[in-house]
Amino acid sequence: MSTITVTDSSAPAPVRTERPQYKVTGRRVLRSEWAKLWSLRSTWITLGLGLLFLIAFGVIAAAHYKSELNSGRPLRPDEVGATTLSLSLFGTNFAQLALGVLGVLVTAGEYSTGMIRSTLAAVPRRLPVLWSKAAVFGLVALAVATLGVFIAFPIAGGILSGTRAHLTLSDSGVVRGLLGAGLYLGLVGVIGTALGALLRSVAGGIAVLVATLMLVPGLISLLPTSWQDNISPYLPSNAGESMFALTHDSTALSPAAGLLVFLGWTALALAGAAYRLVRTDA
Amino acid sequence: MIEAHQLTKRYGEKTAVDQLDFVVKPGTVTGFLGPNGAGKSTTMRMIVGLDAPSSGSVSVNGRRYAQHSAPLQEVGALLEAKSIHPGRSAFDHLMAQAHTHGIPRRRVDEVIELTGLRSVAKKRAGAFSLGMGQRLGIAAALLGDPATIMLDEPVNGLDPEGVLWIRNLLTGLAADGRTVFVSSHLMSEMALVADHLIIVGRGRLLADTTVQDLVRKAGGDTVTVASDQSARLREVLAGPGVEITGEIGSEELHVTGLSARAIGLKAAEHGIPLFELSSRTVSLEQAFMDLTRDAVEYHATTTVEAPGRAA
Repeated sequence: MSTITVTDSSAPAPVRTERPQYKVTGRRVLRSEWAKLWSLRSTWITLGLGLLFLIAFGVIAAAHYKSELNSGRPLRPDEVGATTLSLSLFGTNFAQLALGVLGVLVTAGEYSTGMIRSTLAAVPRRLPVLWSKAAVFGLVALAVATLGVFIAFPIAGGILSGTRAHLTLSDSGVVRGLLGAGLYLGLVGVIGTALGALLRSVAGGIAVLVATLMLVPGLISLLPTSWQDNISPYLPSNAGESMFALTHDSTALSPAAGLLVFLGWTALALAGAAYRLVRTDA
Repeated sequence: MIEAHQLTKRYGEKTAVDQLDFVVKPGTVTGFLGPNGAGKSTTMRMIVGLDAPSSGSVSVNGRRYAQHSAPLQEVGALLEAKSIHPGRSAFDHLMAQAHTHGIPRRRVDEVIELTGLRSVAKKRAGAFSLGMGQRLGIAAALLGDPATIMLDEPVNGLDPEGVLWIRNLLTGLAADGRTVFVSSHLMSEMALVADHLIIVGRGRLLADTTVQDLVRKAGGDTVTVASDQSARLREVLAGPGVEITGEIGSEELHVTGLSARAIGLKAAEHGIPLFELSSRTVSLEQAFMDLTRDAVEYHATTTVEAPGRAA
């Protein structure tokens, strides 16, 4: 392969006859998105924060529970049914913010910086970019979250040993719950990337993400009770919670149903993002 | 080879690009000229598929840009606006672009070397000066070793050293046999590098011409000569590539295609007395402004309304 030299303009060479065979493939776009993700400092910081939230808040929740127990005061109603699993997963509320926001940054960040023009010039078919971003970040978020909960659980278990909340990994539903939490957070990451691509705005993406996961459940409580019971279990946050809760009351979805509903929300967000990506100018 | 057919882009009421037809031929430097707001950037964005045409089409080497299996190998583009993430290093940016096509790391190092970015390659691109950012954009455009390079206003805002660098780069690329399509609103800059000119104003094609033709059409490089034997002088001067105009019976002729010196020598040779011999060159800048006068988006109005119109 000959290359051009800018300063040497002697002897005009014909355009190369043998050229390397480059080709855009799905695998290569994945590779590119993987490289892009890890070449930004914000990725390391935010993933670190997510991991810290998961572990620290789980441990803090367990320690708090234990001190409440020892104090002899009656437990708050929401603490009565607490288990090592529910306490060690206390951090998911915070970790979902970190991972969801990073997901938004992965896509919307390209629009706010102008990087998207380079990205789409290299992959003008566009959709592979969205699938790759969602897959790469979803898997990374899944890995970080799963790591976090499997570190938090045994520490919380150690703190709570001997109390009635104590559970071990061998207890029924515990491993399913921990894996469910990891999967939930991974999918929150995917939803973040989809919202970022759909709204093309970091602020907008984060606002919608926070509203969906944290504010809408509160607003639903303003509806009549009969409506609430029909709508509430299907909200993204509640369906997601069913994935990792140990016990399910009559209105909540089963873990499998929760997973399906949450996957449905994820698919919906991705479909919206794909539509906008293909249909509107970059 | 870039071919546009009736290429049109509308934003609501405003038509940014209006039925453009042009061909950028291989192996030439084609200047894409027009005042600000003429639709140059929009046209270039449509070429690489960032914007979809409202109607019409544009193809690169026979196909829409997105239909190529290795688009970066067909066209390398430097767009006007920054197209990087400021938090990523120059090397990481280029490597991420390279990964999509399976371009080896060796080539990334080559373009870094070629654009003189080696010393800053590991630094965050957000901290780059305008000139360095432009070099990074050009490195990305050259990454796929494309036969066609497209640059949108590459000298805008650069210092003289940067302008010179770009100018040498363009001539170097052309000498390599590449097709270069470069936009500018500065005629003088284009005249130095371009063989062919596509001139637009308000989204419409105003001229598809060469630098020489543009000058000739604008009446440049004309020699005015006056003699009482103008009919004989006409015969003496006639020849291939020479164009002579002048009113019948008038002493004055306007000659293009011959220098004042050549005319004077010929006249002396044939013993024809000359009363006047003067050459007039219309600057390219003037020719361009004449052509785009009606198409400039925002005129600076310096004339005052004629008085007497009662309010």
